[in-house]
Amino acid sequence: MSKITPEIVAEHGLSKEEYQLVLQIMGREPNITELGIFSVMWSEHCSYKSSKKWLKTLPTEAPWVICGPGENAGIIDIGDGDAAIFKMESHNHPSYIEPYQGAATGVGGIMRDVFTMGARPIANLNALRFGRPEHPKTRHLVHGVVEGIGGYGNCMGVPTVGGECEFNKSYDGNILVNAMTVGLAKANNIFYCAAAGIGNPVVYVGSKTGRDGIHGATMASTEFTEDSEEKRPTVQVGDPFTEKLLLEACLELMQTDAIVAIQDMGAAGLTSSSFEMASSGGVGIDMNLDNVPQREQNMTAYEMMLSESQERMLMVLKPGKEDMARAIFEKWELDFAVIGTLTEPDADGNGHMVLYHKGEKVADLPINPLAHASPEYDRPWVPTPKRETLSPESVAAPTSIMGALKTMCGGANGSSRRWIWEQYDHMVMGDTVQRPGGDAAVVRVHGTQKALAMTSDVTPRYVFADPVMGGRQAVAETWRNLTATGARPLAITDNMNFGNPQRPEIMGQFVGAVEGIADACRALDYPVVSGNVSLYNETNGTGILPTPTIGGVGLIDDVSKTVGIGFGGVGQAIIIIGETHGHLGQSQYLMEIIGRDGLAMEDGAPPPVDLALERKNGDFVRGEIISGTISACHDVSDGGILVALAEMAMTANIGAKIEDVSGQLPLHAWGFGEDQARYIITTSNPEDVLERAEKSGVWATLVGTTGSGELTIGDEHSISVAELKNAHESWMPDFMSHPEAH
Amino acid sequence: MKACVIVFPASNCDRDMQVALERSTGKKVDMVWHRESDLSGYDLVAVPGGFSYGDYLRCGAMAARSPIMGAIKKHADRGGLLLGVCNGFQILTEAGLLPGVLMRNANLKFVCRDVELTVERNDTAFASGYTKGQKIRIPVAHHDGNYFTDDETLKRIEGNGQVAFRYVDNPNGSLNSIAGVYNERGNVLGLMPHPERLVDAQLGGTDGLPMFDALAKGAA
Repeated sequence: MSKITPEIVAEHGLSKEEYQLVLQIMGREPNITELGIFSVMWSEHCSYKSSKKWLKTLPTEAPWVICGPGENAGIIDIGDGDAAIFKMESHNHPSYIEPYQGAATGVGGIMRDVFTMGARPIANLNALRFGRPEHPKTRHLVHGVVEGIGGYGNCMGVPTVGGECEFNKSYDGNILVNAMTVGLAKANNIFYCAAAGIGNPVVYVGSKTGRDGIHGATMASTEFTEDSEEKRPTVQVGDPFTEKLLLEACLELMQTDAIVAIQDMGAAGLTSSSFEMASSGGVGIDMNLDNVPQREQNMTAYEMMLSESQERMLMVLKPGKEDMARAIFEKWELDFAVIGTLTEPDADGNGHMVLYHKGEKVADLPINPLAHASPEYDRPWVPTPKRETLSPESVAAPTSIMGALKTMCGGANGSSRRWIWEQYDHMVMGDTVQRPGGDAAVVRVHGTQKALAMTSDVTPRYVFADPVMGGRQAVAETWRNLTATGARPLAITDNMNFGNPQRPEIMGQFVGAVEGIADACRALDYPVVSGNVSLYNETNGTGILPTPTIGGVGLIDDVSKTVGIGFGGVGQAIIIIGETHGHLGQSQYLMEIIGRDGLAMEDGAPPPVDLALERKNGDFVRGEIISGTISACHDVSDGGILVALAEMAMTANIGAKIEDVSGQLPLHAWGFGEDQARYIITTSNPEDVLERAEKSGVWATLVGTTGSGELTIGDEHSISVAELKNAHESWMPDFMSHPEAH
Repeated sequence: MKACVIVFPASNCDRDMQVALERSTGKKVDMVWHRESDLSGYDLVAVPGGFSYGDYLRCGAMAARSPIMGAIKKHADRGGLLLGVCNGFQILTEAGLLPGVLMRNANLKFVCRDVELTVERNDTAFASGYTKGQKIRIPVAHHDGNYFTDDETLKRIEGNGQVAFRYVDNPNGSLNSIAGVYNERGNVLGLMPHPERLVDAQLGGTDGLPMFDALAKGAA
């Protein structure tokens, strides 16, 4: 057995202090297999050691929450015995190194998290962030990531219905690929990971184990450097065909009573799945690695325990159910192997993980100290300095209002994402009621008139300028996007992408964003039910913009009532809900038209988020949608009122005549300001809507009428919808048709 | 009218096809696993879309050698109605039941969007609910829908009137904008677009419905 040197410890990403704790727990020097297991279990990715202290402060409960954070995914009750199970997870580092496989396996991993719990995935979303368009790698990364997501999701037959895509130089060396899956299960047939029943068999199903992805979790927990390309072998390779079979086989077995516990093998593979099952159940496991189905010859215990080969699951079955279960997996042409047995905990109540390989005992680890006593850090942090609010008058006017609008609708960040979502099958399963391109996707609960609305949002530049407000805004924007379809927002999943937490200012961003998210969740009755933390998103010491991506899910009781963002016909009244103050600090206008990057103090504070106002305005809008009085609804976010109006016009191919109601504000501040808590609606019954708004104390302004092929403001400003649409639709195909894309 | 849907490993539009057929026929539609070998009780057999065998080797190539294929050929030979959509179309060409092949899309990208089709003929069990020359809107969702044949075959199928549907705006590079073809006898139809995806107004259209309604009536 090789001696563990300080170099070996360092290579495993463990600090000296952490290694001392290892020695204390073991009461002896670990062997290399044991050290490897400690290393992945205590990696940031698996242990949340820097973030745990703060994540605990997030609200996670509501009467409709069946299962909050801690399991594979969060679960909410959507009535009639149905449950929605969802989570978002990052696959950032692998996607930068190998975009196709990195993104594909990210999608595969998050779907496994959801179907492990007994749900059939019904929708995928993805939030993508790339470096600036001019960066030499950007096209290649966009190309690979989009194809990888499509390649996996399309084969699985799960529609990819929504998401976001943003370009910013802070992601030049560290892109973000956040994938979200929403699944449906019966509330009385949900599966958890806690192992139980001493002597019960531990069963391995799915793909064979190879040497791919060894130490992927450790890689995801360090910064990138110039030589990260050399880490390519730690990126896993996905096989969506096998995953589709695994999905069907698992769901078939879940219709029987054979399963005690089930856990997918994700990051840190067999190690984390077996430890999580054993520690949740308070038992030990004796595992014989000779029985692990292997793809390569002469694999060591170390390699098998740390492999991140995809499309694998670990289950504990009830005794005597092995043959029936085996028959199901054989029908689906998948491996099925009994590789272990549950064992009694020792006298101290500690279960042990005892591994055998080629007739020898190769590891004996106490489970609880490894799983629960992982280090927890209270990293030093400093609050982000507050910025001044920019006055609307202080930001220069454009030479032409409509010219600026066209630039924003046709720029890297304002243009249509059709090039992306047309590469995703967004209709398979036959329940996609609102396709990509709107505020939120709407997917019907199969065989019913209920539907789930889902969206993902965050405005990283806001979070950078003010983490608390930015955290609030990310949650509030998902809530608004769901509301704009008529859905009742129920819960969120959060995917926290940040830089190096060992830098106090980065830790300060994290702490602030968590505070803002928690504020919004509480105020909106909209708890966090699952999530994922991705730290060390840095290359050569430069961090990304703090990016806490929020995935929101809401319920629509009667899907026939939902509305989209396209103007609901000609001759409809256009009403803006919510007050306009012309807030241009951190606005898209400031970035795209004035050419700022948002980093400097003089780029101002992001728009304030008044959560009580969000709730009041949103509840009013939802009520109107459900009562059938409005024909279209769009939330106002990036680019303000004018961009929102343009999007409504382009979607419907209908123009509008808008009064100049800017009053005391400069027109560009009125048009492009990003004040929160606002929506634009169309209706054929404006008097009634305005009257009800007044009664509810909701600010509502009639601003114009739909019709013609032009979008016109006042008497002077006009542009044809076709011209806007051409700019909007052409940026991304033009950008990607460049030969460097391949 | 008794219909069934064949299920291969990683078929994934099987349920969508079942829903569309059940909606029009009002009867239960069976799902038949690819290891079965008897289809004698069925009037209509549907081979659905998806990624049978992960599209490994060539789309549809492995499924075309599945145990069920013998029964599918027998069904077609005795004049039974056979519908292949998307991957189902690829499988039927691989099995030699329909002419031509489906190559990778000309732009090498997966494409999912509604496209406009022209109905080339309406004197078949599949298309009698449409008018000849009618424009219908049906979604495509494929990576390999670029229809190709040699010149001789092309001349033959055009001459025989075997072209079922043509794209108005060709999304994948298909020869003569061919979106779907019949066999010579007209009882087997393969097409890349997914009529089963637009049979419900809530999902944005019903242009696929006349095909299933016609099948339900015609083979009653």
